[in-house]
Amino acid sequence: MAKAAAKTKAAGASASVERRPALAGRAVSAPGVKVEILPPAERISLRAPEASVPALSKALGVTLPATPKSSAAKGGRTALWLGPEEWLIIDETGNDPLADCAKISALHSAVGISHRNVAISVAGPAAAVTVNSGCPQDLSLEAFPVGAASRTILGKSEIVLLRTAADAFRVECWRSFSDYIFTLLSEAASDAAN
Amino acid sequence: MNASFRISGAGRLNQAKTASFSFDGKSYLGTEGDTLASALLANGVHLVGRSFKYHRPRGFLSAGAEEPNALVQIVRDDARKTPNVRATVQELYDGLTANSQNRWPSLAFDVGAVNDIASPMFSAGFYYKTFMWPKSAWLNFYEPKIRSAAGLGVSPDRPDPDHYAARYAHCDVLVLGGGAAGIAAALAAAETGVRVILADEQAEFGGSLRFESGAKIEGENGFDWAQAAIAKLKALDNVRVLSRTTAFGYYAQNFVGLVERVSDHLKSPGRELARERLWQVRAKRVVLATGAIERHMVFANNDRPGIMLASAARAYLNHYGVAVGRNVGIYTANDSAYAAAIDLRKAGVNIAAIVDLRDNPSGPVIDEARGLGIEINFGRAVVSAGGKLRVSSMTVQPKNGGGERTIAVDAILMSAGWTPSVHLFSQSRGKVAFNEETRRFVPGAYAQDCMSVGACNGTDGLDATIDEAYAAGAQAARDAGGKDSSGKMGQGARPKVDGSESWSRGMLGAAPGAGPGTTVKAFVDFQNDVTAKDIRQAVHEGMHSIEHVKRFTTNGMATDQGKTSNMHGLAIAAETLGKPIPQVGLTTFRAPYTPVTFGSIVGHARGALFDPTRRTATHGWAAAQGAVFEDVGQWKRAWYFPKAGEDMHAAVNRECVTVRKAAGLFDASTLGKIEVVGPDAAKFMELLYTNPWEKLEPGRCRYGIMLREDGFIYDDGVVGRLAPDRFHVTTTTGGAPRVMHHMEDYLQTEFPHLNVWLTSITEQWAVIAVQGPSARKIIEPLVEGIDMSDEALPHMSVREGKICGVPTRLFRMSFTGERGFEVNVPADYGEAVWEALWAEGQKHGATAYGTETMHVLRAEKGYIIVGQDTDGTVTPNDAGLDWAVGKKKTDFVGIRGMMRADLVAKSRKQLVGLKTKDPKVVLEEGAQIVEDPKQSIPMKMIGHVTSSYWSENCGRSIALALVAGGRDRMGQTLYVPMPNGTIEVEVTGMVFVDEKGERLNG
Repeated sequence: MAKAAAKTKAAGASASVERRPALAGRAVSAPGVKVEILPPAERISLRAPEASVPALSKALGVTLPATPKSSAAKGGRTALWLGPEEWLIIDETGNDPLADCAKISALHSAVGISHRNVAISVAGPAAAVTVNSGCPQDLSLEAFPVGAASRTILGKSEIVLLRTAADAFRVECWRSFSDYIFTLLSEAASDAAN
Repeated sequence: MNASFRISGAGRLNQAKTASFSFDGKSYLGTEGDTLASALLANGVHLVGRSFKYHRPRGFLSAGAEEPNALVQIVRDDARKTPNVRATVQELYDGLTANSQNRWPSLAFDVGAVNDIASPMFSAGFYYKTFMWPKSAWLNFYEPKIRSAAGLGVSPDRPDPDHYAARYAHCDVLVLGGGAAGIAAALAAAETGVRVILADEQAEFGGSLRFESGAKIEGENGFDWAQAAIAKLKALDNVRVLSRTTAFGYYAQNFVGLVERVSDHLKSPGRELARERLWQVRAKRVVLATGAIERHMVFANNDRPGIMLASAARAYLNHYGVAVGRNVGIYTANDSAYAAAIDLRKAGVNIAAIVDLRDNPSGPVIDEARGLGIEINFGRAVVSAGGKLRVSSMTVQPKNGGGERTIAVDAILMSAGWTPSVHLFSQSRGKVAFNEETRRFVPGAYAQDCMSVGACNGTDGLDATIDEAYAAGAQAARDAGGKDSSGKMGQGARPKVDGSESWSRGMLGAAPGAGPGTTVKAFVDFQNDVTAKDIRQAVHEGMHSIEHVKRFTTNGMATDQGKTSNMHGLAIAAETLGKPIPQVGLTTFRAPYTPVTFGSIVGHARGALFDPTRRTATHGWAAAQGAVFEDVGQWKRAWYFPKAGEDMHAAVNRECVTVRKAAGLFDASTLGKIEVVGPDAAKFMELLYTNPWEKLEPGRCRYGIMLREDGFIYDDGVVGRLAPDRFHVTTTTGGAPRVMHHMEDYLQTEFPHLNVWLTSITEQWAVIAVQGPSARKIIEPLVEGIDMSDEALPHMSVREGKICGVPTRLFRMSFTGERGFEVNVPADYGEAVWEALWAEGQKHGATAYGTETMHVLRAEKGYIIVGQDTDGTVTPNDAGLDWAVGKKKTDFVGIRGMMRADLVAKSRKQLVGLKTKDPKVVLEEGAQIVEDPKQSIPMKMIGHVTSSYWSENCGRSIALALVAGGRDRMGQTLYVPMPNGTIEVEVTGMVFVDEKGERLNG
């Protein structure tokens, strides 16, 4: 499986058309919270049985978390536990995790989804309240500490939620839902400090 | 206008701070902190509404959320006219405009009041009995007439300009009700450090401490103590205090819905403020401290304006500084009304007389009233009230009959006792239990992790209430996992009660003079105009269950949900039935506790946020080209690209011809895409699809059909094998999520032994279909690393490489019958690659085309669309797709279903082509087909049209249809009867263009 995956690596040296990320540069500030679109990142959906976890962790340079609702991060690369045998790997340094997985033979499935997701940052003292406008999870620091990650919902759309700091979240959603998610978060932000 | 009933020095409002408002066009002056009710009463206005059925004049019954009568329309502007606002909870703001409802032409002279005179006609069950015959009149006459006559207030007719916020919250202890009990519980829970939410519907906390002048806590007046305690709680990080917040619904697993009124009390709320905020709270423990509601006395004309609950008069006096009259009568069956008489007397209001149904009650309040020189009449009843637009007298009689005496009054305060507010407890599925001694329903068996404290639990007296509530708050915190850091949790700071008012029992049901055999209008339910007589009549007419009595009389079914009426109604029904109350039972309490606006339920989900609108990467380009879009599920898809002067028909004709003559570009990004990866990927595909996959070589594609277990077609799509262990599966646009779930479901439940994983890649790839004889010429210059010759890249193959310098999965496939490609590129590159292809396409005369042209072109080739040409009852054989079912396969989802006798029967409907005899006539999709148009109606229908278009390429109309035994009818003439005449059609094959398929390589 690795060979086919390797071929879809990021573009090489040849001149390529421009990348037009969805909602690029959009940001909204409200009292206590800022909502903004984050730059593109490399992402894979990683599926693997337990036996493959050590080899994959080594290849990726980050230990794949085994606990529900948790994540692990190292060197700009974050592994989010999404379900049994399922992780979302996000790399913000431009290093394609797909290529790293392609090097190992341990049983796994790595699928490139860099363009599938759009990331939105929600940051500020009112960040949790903003997300809670549409996400039913308990976002207190006790229940959802820094590093907590969960595939959940925001309003009528699925999201993956990652707490990056006590007062900051990374919201990942599918590309075509990003307008909805961003608009909902923007509207919620305006009420969050009240 | 002079607020002449405001008593200087009384109440807690700053009387120097005035606010002007208008009611029914007349201007008044109120005081900041007033409710609309207290402000009107300060101006001597009692008449505020007309009743629902009899249009009787009505005033304020209460000073709170239980108000059944004083419903008004609050008008902010043309778009904001809120009907059915309870004047007793609407806070006054400067400039408030309110209007009365349910009256015409005016409140004082209402034509509808003729119903009152004709009331013998409108007794219980009137609607059920009267509007039965003739049956046909219901729909066209009775229902519209009743609907227009019914209802209170007028709905706003413009979009709501306000916005509504929503929030989910979690806490350890949720305390509902912010009176003495709720505050004590919250204090106890808060000191442990657990997360506490305390909510109360009023603007200020304190509950009945608002009027209980005798309550003293920690040496302070009870209300002042409450304010200090709330300030203390607000200062704590672990406590959220919500005022103006009603818990309206108690759902499963301690999930409680609350609505916070954010800005209805403000003069001109800024745009940044939501009107209301919905809180959906999940609590580990809930403490119910919802208090009790006073009941009225059920006697003749007990609804006249000026007759109200004793506790309400106390609230108006002790909190708002307003006397509800100058010469007040009291009618009671318990002690608490005495306190009202004493407070009013001390404020200088004359108490005409206290009429007490009890024979020889005694106690401190009675002694105090006597000491103040108030006339007290024991063992007597008020049998009738005089006056119409305002009460003018009360007629008193010994309760067992005797001489009547009429006493002039301008207000009557009544109290039949207190009903514990078990609404939320009951909503939590807890079972209420009847306490025989105190004659009230109190919480019995609990269904959820909650506790009731104080008056709602039947606990009497402030000291006992605080005791119970404080202990419960601490217990709830412990149960929720709170740590006892101080080591003396629940012992330390229990508020000390220094003064308390006694509560005593009252009575249930009709008072003397309104008992069995009487026909007076003694109201049980004010809002629905239900009298004691109506309840008895319902029982006499055979309604023996309280649920039937309720529905027959509509007792307790108004927007106040019978807060004041349920117990009286139940007692009267029980008495008439000759059964004890618990045997008759209480009706079920349902959410919402008080009316909730649609806005707060809808929250953010309106306008652009009503539902996600999904757009593809090329949406902006298509919009700039003037594309017309259609909704396909949540997606916006380009439907057609009209040029200047073109209508849809002309645009689609041009697009269709251009694709077959030169080429066309089409955005196919919305098609579902699933990457199936793992060593067992082919095995899994074999099980999910009818087709064989094991032998499909990497780099090749196959059209796959997926069935449900019952053998019917579920979805279809082209699948490319990228590697031995990797498939790129496509699904229909609409089927994308459910196909993914279907596959995942089978993988997890039926085939968990397979090493294969599924990932949705629908949104990873933008898909640009380039179709037509010039397709290759358009793509080739932009592609790197892929040999595009027919030998290297034959029809139905897939290669990975680069286009415009970015990665691509390039499919050679066709949904038009022309040489075709589908260029997959990572979504963020979609628009730029489209533009590059478009620029190349321009050199070859290509067009952009939309979904309509796509539909026509595929129909010309007889390619089906699952969901249009199939409807969940079509097998592969029905659709002429037997070739796609692996004959040697022994297992796949649906294989057994497909063999069922019904599914292999000869007479099944089969997909065929239809040509109209007149080529210009385009059939209507869904039209029914018959063999003999001359047969009598109902005709035997043998099929229907599934797809029908004008085909410019064929120069005629074309259609696909499901027809019984269709494939054996080739050449037969069938008929499509339509309202304007019968259309003759000929049964044909499904392929209308290039039957041999040569154009795929043309």
